Amino acid sequence: MTHQGIGARLARKEDDRYMRGRGQYVGDIKLAGMQEVAFLRSPLAHARIGAVRIPAPIRERVFIAEDLAGVAPIRADTTLPGFKSSLQPVLATGKVRYVGELVAMCVAPTRAEAEDLVAAIDLDLEPLPVVADMLEARKPGAPLVHEHWGDNLFLTSAIEANFDLDAVKAKAARSITRELRTSRQVMSPLEGRGVVASWDGRLGQLVVYTSTQQPHIVRSGLAECLGLDEGQIRVVAPDVGGGFGYKGILLPEEIALAWATRRLGCPLKWLEDRREGLTANANCREHHYILTAYADASGRLLALDCEATVDAGAYSSYPFSACLEGGQIVSILPGLYDFPHYRCRAYSVATNKPPILPYRGVARTGVCFALEVTLEALAREIGAEPNELRFKSLVRPEQMPFDNIAKRHFDSGDYPEALRRAVEAIGFEAVRARQRRGEPDGRRIGVGFAMYSEQAGHGTSVYAAWGIPMVPGHEQCQARFTPDGGLELRIGAHSHGQGLETTLSQVAHSILGVPHERIRLVHGDTAETPYSTGTWGSRSMIMSGGAVAAACDALAARVLRIGAGLLQARPEEVRLEAGEVVGPSGRIAVADVARTWYRRPQDLPGDVDPGGLEVTAGYKAQRDTGTFSYAAHAAVVAVDTETGELEILDYVVVEDGGVLVNPMIVDGQIMGGLAQGIGTALYEEMPFDAQAQPQASTLADYLLPGPTEVPEVRILHMETPSPYTRFGQKGLGEGGAIAPPAAITNALNDALADLGVELLVSPITPRRIVEAIERARSRAAAA
Amino acid sequence: MKPVAFEYTRAASVAEAVRMLRDNPEAKVLAGGQTLGPMLNLRLAQPALLVDITRMAELAAVAQDADGVSIGAIVTHAAIEDGDVPDPTGGFLARVARGIAYRAVRTRGTVGGSLAHADPAADWLSCLAALGAEALIAGPQGSRRVPVASLVRGAMATVLEAHELLAAVHIPRFSREARFGFHKVCRKTGEFAEAIGVAVHDPARGSTRLAASTPAGAPLVIDACDLQPGRGAPPDTAEMRRRLSAAGFASDAHGLTLGAVALVRAFREMTGP
Repeated sequence: MTHQGIGARLARKEDDRYMRGRGQYVGDIKLAGMQEVAFLRSPLAHARIGAVRIPAPIRERVFIAEDLAGVAPIRADTTLPGFKSSLQPVLATGKVRYVGELVAMCVAPTRAEAEDLVAAIDLDLEPLPVVADMLEARKPGAPLVHEHWGDNLFLTSAIEANFDLDAVKAKAARSITRELRTSRQVMSPLEGRGVVASWDGRLGQLVVYTSTQQPHIVRSGLAECLGLDEGQIRVVAPDVGGGFGYKGILLPEEIALAWATRRLGCPLKWLEDRREGLTANANCREHHYILTAYADASGRLLALDCEATVDAGAYSSYPFSACLEGGQIVSILPGLYDFPHYRCRAYSVATNKPPILPYRGVARTGVCFALEVTLEALAREIGAEPNELRFKSLVRPEQMPFDNIAKRHFDSGDYPEALRRAVEAIGFEAVRARQRRGEPDGRRIGVGFAMYSEQAGHGTSVYAAWGIPMVPGHEQCQARFTPDGGLELRIGAHSHGQGLETTLSQVAHSILGVPHERIRLVHGDTAETPYSTGTWGSRSMIMSGGAVAAACDALAARVLRIGAGLLQARPEEVRLEAGEVVGPSGRIAVADVARTWYRRPQDLPGDVDPGGLEVTAGYKAQRDTGTFSYAAHAAVVAVDTETGELEILDYVVVEDGGVLVNPMIVDGQIMGGLAQGIGTALYEEMPFDAQAQPQASTLADYLLPGPTEVPEVRILHMETPSPYTRFGQKGLGEGGAIAPPAAITNALNDALADLGVELLVSPITPRRIVEAIERARSRAAAA
Repeated sequence: MKPVAFEYTRAASVAEAVRMLRDNPEAKVLAGGQTLGPMLNLRLAQPALLVDITRMAELAAVAQDADGVSIGAIVTHAAIEDGDVPDPTGGFLARVARGIAYRAVRTRGTVGGSLAHADPAADWLSCLAALGAEALIAGPQGSRRVPVASLVRGAMATVLEAHELLAAVHIPRFSREARFGFHKVCRKTGEFAEAIGVAVHDPARGSTRLAASTPAGAPLVIDACDLQPGRGAPPDTAEMRRRLSAAGFASDAHGLTLGAVALVRAFREMTGP
């Protein structure tokens, strides 16, 4: 038998249907009598709603805010002191606060006809002053997104650790201050959001098929907004074509359809089109930093002092709230480094733009960009190679586990070793030699690095401190044998590209020895799975993996008990081995034990546990502060100084994700994340004009990297087990998307260093590169 | 987004298509649909009638004569890429076709549709203008020929009347010694170009011609007989920038640089290794 357990490079089970085009997505669901929905969205970023004139013949098929009696707005508060609550109406009430906000819902037999209804509505808007930029929004006198707040601040997050500015300045031989910015981006899963809602009169139950990562959380959110019991709602997440965080958000569209299907008595469908996703919904990533790094004379990091701003958009989204990114920034800015003084303040600011939503890596991508780009700037300033400074300041392996200055508890790892391997694999000295020789085509080349860690599977205490609508607890798995010896695993998390159907089978196989092909994972349906906050924060392999193991352990005990009886052995004499109960006098297949339990109960031992071969068991983390996978990325780029064209010549990832359950899937996760990270670094940007009008509305304007833009990447693994998880595994689903903007920008800045050019805004587009070179030339000419 | 309701009809002949266009001022011609399709979905185009011309044998026809080759309007980029069409440039057309968008687009997109939509970033517009090709335009009063270089009035606007149909493009035959170069500056593979440069040199005619796409619409075609491959240093970016400015290239500094670089690289490709 081939190795099918933990550590096997097993082909993904789910790919059989995905690769043959046989997945079942929300868009594939067809219910009898189903009608389609299109929304009238606000054309202005900030305006008072006047008359909404709906032609009488279509009035019955159009719904506006006043029609939605009994529907509560989405409320995603935190209990952090000073947080200001925003109520996000399902359909805009009183005023609109961003372009694309829902104003009216139109129902027709087809989407095209529903859009005709949208076009027939005459909307009166009285424009209000617009606040389009987060820094403007912070200024006194800025237009107010929520008038009663008195300012535009959702929350200020702050950490101050052992920080006295005068003392730091006195100690520091070197310091550098940089202002950095990450542009607003849009998450772009292949499948957008989509909802099919229907009312089951027999069960008195709302059934919502929705493209979500978190079906149980959607159920809670729907219940809160619609005033229904949770038992009256069933949420099904079928195949989901990529989530990345966007599918973790409760959307007003979901609530609108859920309400209207009951009112109209027919199933309703809304499929987000790419324009809705781009302009109104899937926004993310927009940060601004003013960061000062202090070092001693040897180049060892002494202190970080940072003021960060997050453009959180108009509303706090459910369940992660508008404080997630700001809260993360202050807690993760120290990176992998050990230094004595730290101060960081992050302002989460409301603007007339769509809510900012968590995207793979969440705040880490921006933080890594700010920190690692500043550190390499500091190294240049000192006249050191970039990694000299890192090696002096990285947390060392003998310090593990390590509580850092922001009170993060790093569980395990060898950060300097990861960097050493990256330096070697990228051929650092060879690149330096090549730089000295120059390129025959006149381009300049540069090499850059970036490191990060990824906190994953962090649980109750972390989220309870934030007090957002969702606090993850302990995770369960229901496991049962079928009468013919197959194994069913039911989990409340969701798999939408992560390969959980495969990796959780590997976990179960490691314990029970059931052949891989006889294990089925059931997920994505609140009616069939235990409660879970879902799949987010790279938590599933830790939490659901732990729960599957616990449930399989419990099943194994029952199987052994029955097997011992059938083998006429004492319980302590038998063991599980390769799918068989093995005793002193013989062996019996687990499948035969299952058959006996279900089909021949007359053969069971008299003292059998009547609980049978079906258990629910849970996983409780030994520590709920999470695992910290980490990586060193290294990039070599070539840049044409005339056109600003940039080519990635080489890219190395040295990743430590603890014990790898399926190394092939891990490589896939890293590659996929990397493609998105390259998008952040080089292509993706959703510009807004001064009136907060989104300036990209199709994928012709909003550039995503394609296969030809993603280079061959060399991935090297380290496997330092986490001391806190069942198998030593760590969460690692987001890491690939975190470091590329920093590593690639550092490589570019290295290539252009002697021109005095430094890029500090992502994405580093050809135009930005050329303009920076021009600015440096003008400065040099003026000097 | 889904289109506004429209009528759809398939024309059996050029004459019938022209008649339909004349009788229906709100009609639009549908060829490969690679531009019109998205425009319909985004409701940027709201025609009352689509006249599908993709099944007409006369528009798929390819004819050769001593002067050159006529390629029917509905010949796809892929057919040209695959060498299914005689190429009077000895392979340059296939090389340009290979770089248009993605293969999926090329299997449906047509040379006539590309010219008639007149997107300034379209590959054929600059390429065929540089080659001195002519568009054959059918109308109620018969047909006329318009140089591709004069076809475009502005971005997405041509000299075609509402009731006219671009039926074919005639590409002159070049000598065996002729050399060609084409370069586009793209943010990523398959995207519309930010700048296109074309260079054509035919010793038999003693001609060197450059063409550059412009943001405003019609490509700029520049006669550069003084530039002969192998004679003197090849033009650099500053030189091409100068020539573009002299020819009235309207753009900001970055756009001018990209146009000049596209020309330098096209010229380099034309000159060969």
